[in-house]
Amino acid sequence: MATDPIHQFQIHRLIPIEIGGLDLSFTNSSLFMVVTAGLAAGFLYWSTSGRGLIPGRLQSVSELFYEFVAGMLRDSAGSQGMRFFPFVFALFMFVLLANLIGLIPYFFTVTSHIIVTFSLAITVTAVVMGYGIYKHGLSWFAVFKPSGVPPAVAPFVILIEVISFLSRPISHSVRLFANMLAGHVTLKVFAGFVVSLSALGAVGVGGAILPLLMTVALTALELIVAVLQAYVFAILTCMYLNDAVHPHH
Amino acid sequence: MFVTEALAQTETPATDHALPPSDPAAAAHGETVQVEGEHGVFPPLNPEFFASQILWLAITFGVFYLVLDRVIIPRLSGILENRRDRIAFDLEAAEQMKAEADEAEAAYEQELAEARARSQEIAGAARDAARSDADRERRKIEKELDEKLAAAQARISEIKATAMADVGTIAEDVTETIVRELTDLDVSREVASEAVRAVRA
Repeated sequence: MATDPIHQFQIHRLIPIEIGGLDLSFTNSSLFMVVTAGLAAGFLYWSTSGRGLIPGRLQSVSELFYEFVAGMLRDSAGSQGMRFFPFVFALFMFVLLANLIGLIPYFFTVTSHIIVTFSLAITVTAVVMGYGIYKHGLSWFAVFKPSGVPPAVAPFVILIEVISFLSRPISHSVRLFANMLAGHVTLKVFAGFVVSLSALGAVGVGGAILPLLMTVALTALELIVAVLQAYVFAILTCMYLNDAVHPHH
Repeated sequence: MFVTEALAQTETPATDHALPPSDPAAAAHGETVQVEGEHGVFPPLNPEFFASQILWLAITFGVFYLVLDRVIIPRLSGILENRRDRIAFDLEAAEQMKAEADEAEAAYEQELAEARARSQEIAGAARDAARSDADRERRKIEKELDEKLAAAQARISEIKATAMADVGTIAEDVTETIVRELTDLDVSREVASEAVRAVRA
């Protein structure tokens, strides 16, 4: 099934592990998580090993990532939010690398599985709630009650705020997951057209040029989407973290 | 056949994308039903590997977080802080140097002004001295010249007086001679000088 666009999302066990009836096998997904984390950490580590006062190109890239995420977090959550910087930086780098690595043919896209993005998103929500309650106690729940709301409509507004808060991890994760999934399926479908049409002889080869061009264009688009979705995931994380440090808005 | 099958597949993620994100379970259910016939469970939503994925994500992301938190972020912030400090230090040094330069310039300007004033003073003194010297010299020369002029004038008037005195004697001689030559008369000296005096008076 060379042209099956779903095949690329198939998970298979590389090292079967089963503990207490739970299938915890080391799969191709696990492998690419390791590759993603290893590559991201390796790049950041290696590029900054010179500790240059005047940065080289690679060190500049690492510094750029650092200052980009730091600026993003400071703008959204203020200087108090900077305590979450390692978390946001790790999230951004992990998602960015996972998205980009997934674009390489035959490579697995970690972020194209809902459970991965949902785990990351629920972690963000857990951090927001956990830190918020730890820091502000029960008064943190004031986050659900916007100031200046007339008492008459307050219950209604609070209900909406609670629902919107609880749906955050879902929208947060589905946005990334669906973008990755749809992009990869579309890419695979157009690439599949090239193969299928080429099998039809001379006319087919001529006709295959169009889907080929489409594939090239889509690859460029997917590159943008990969970076953009990592950015969106990180900036939303920053905005949610703002609720943890500043519940009274 | 492959192509049409592929087309059918593209629609599934598209509809999934359009679905409201509030109910992923229902969406997941719809997906699985749609593709179950040929592929079994739709892999991105297949719960079979959920536990494995969560575990390995926790391990890899956890380790990645720790590495960033312990090693990379301190290093990067160190690099950036170091640079910031260095730039601030350099700026400060530059400011200090600028202040020093300004000071030196002010001192130089002041010295220049003083030197200029002094030079004007010296030049003025020299000019005055030269002028008074010249005046004195001129006065001396003028005095000498006046003296010489006076002496010359005295001599001239003396010579003139002598000459005028001589004129009488000459006229007497001439008168005596002329009378003798013309009349053969012996005129006495007294008569001649009488006659000359009468004419000249």
